[in-house]
Amino acid sequence: MKQLGTERVKRGMAEMQKGGVIMDVVNAEQAKIAEAAGAVAVMALERVPSDIRKAGGVARMADPRIVEEVMNAVSIPVMAKARIGHIVEARVLEAMGVDYIDESEVLTPADEEFHLLKSDYTVPFVCGCRDLGEAARRIGEGASMLRTKGEPGTGNIVEAVRHIRQVNAQVRRVIGMNADELMTEAKILGAPYELLVEIKKLGRLPVVNFAAGGVATPADAALMMELGADGVFVGSGIFKSENPEKFARAIVEATTHYQDYKLIAEISKELGTPMKGIDIATLPAEERMQERGW
Amino acid sequence: MKKIGVLALQGAIREHINQIEAVGCEAIAIKSADDLVGIDGLVLPGGESTTIRNLLDRFHLLEPIRHLAEQGLPMFGTCAGLILLAENIVGYEEPHLGVMKVTVERNSFGRQIDSFECDLPIPKLKRNVPAVFIRAPHIVSVEEHVEILAKHENRIVLARDRNFLGCSFHPELTKDITIMQYFVEMI
Repeated sequence: MKQLGTERVKRGMAEMQKGGVIMDVVNAEQAKIAEAAGAVAVMALERVPSDIRKAGGVARMADPRIVEEVMNAVSIPVMAKARIGHIVEARVLEAMGVDYIDESEVLTPADEEFHLLKSDYTVPFVCGCRDLGEAARRIGEGASMLRTKGEPGTGNIVEAVRHIRQVNAQVRRVIGMNADELMTEAKILGAPYELLVEIKKLGRLPVVNFAAGGVATPADAALMMELGADGVFVGSGIFKSENPEKFARAIVEATTHYQDYKLIAEISKELGTPMKGIDIATLPAEERMQERGW
Repeated sequence: MKKIGVLALQGAIREHINQIEAVGCEAIAIKSADDLVGIDGLVLPGGESTTIRNLLDRFHLLEPIRHLAEQGLPMFGTCAGLILLAENIVGYEEPHLGVMKVTVERNSFGRQIDSFECDLPIPKLKRNVPAVFIRAPHIVSVEEHVEILAKHENRIVLARDRNFLGCSFHPELTKDITIMQYFVEMI
């Protein structure tokens, strides 16, 4: 009669976040700033990605105390990150009652071969993707929401742009294919065949796809919406900027009115310095988080 | 053809537009006060009520919508939309639009992990609808004249007050258009 954690309930939660901004926070105070600025959810972390980058070593699930502190501080949904393939971190976050788990390449993977079987959980999951094959594999495992991987903690939008364009171009290609071409496409992409059939039928991905990994300014957020993202994750961008409160509000407004360029000009004025970015070309291959997972 | 606006600041906008078109009406995305001109009804979709409220203030939509509500424009709020319409919100001093004579409680079924779907009987319409509850609010109490249309586990989840229809769950996440049809008949 009453069914918990169904596909519709899990995907539906992500549908409710559309057009919104999900912000990384590391404590209750930041969570409250994010909520007041209009975030649709917060991601509770021990460190934002740019600090994870600087700290080096193994990055793990946040201390449950931080997650709990954030959950108690706000009424909007709280997400938290588990390492790729770390069944127990995910189960712990689920047991704590977080609203969404990000199986995230920002943390050091626990398993280099297998991602979590996300359909097994009551809590919904979001996962990163760089192309349609990766997107479809994650949905196949039960992800209820996608995001671009981008290159986290760089403040550089170039990789997120590459990933959203790639996924959307491949979705368009699948929609335009003849039915008898889909199996070969599934083989080429490494994607479950049934999902390509579903994408062709729906004319879009069956779950929402947010932008993530490098959004540093209101114009970046609007750019990702323009390119077809359903919403935006902002990691280091907000609380590494000079005036987080103002910055957070500006990114929320730019995401809603992403085609109102006069407004974006207005809200971008006197925002202070955004986070300092990193040129991806200067990042050694082993430091690229997007290469984690498959 | 009836023109129904969908408040398009944040949330499940496309799904409502699809439902409005499925019942044979014209759907219009409402992003600014200018878009409100000439609509016959307004849907306040699900999403995050704190976010939507924030954006209503910043883009000067709260007062124009409240004005239309008081003039009798039919409005249909789902989940966050119900919270926007309610006159009282448990634990908050101020309502948002505050036009529908009900008291609501936010996230009253629990967190996402407690979110669920069920088959919900609507006695007045003599049928069941599939109902998806996501971090859903419920209606704690209503003024005498408000018509209670559905309850789940003894909590009011669908009610009508004059020109306002408020719903805890998300009919727009299903293919069932019963509730949207009911709303269109209110116009």
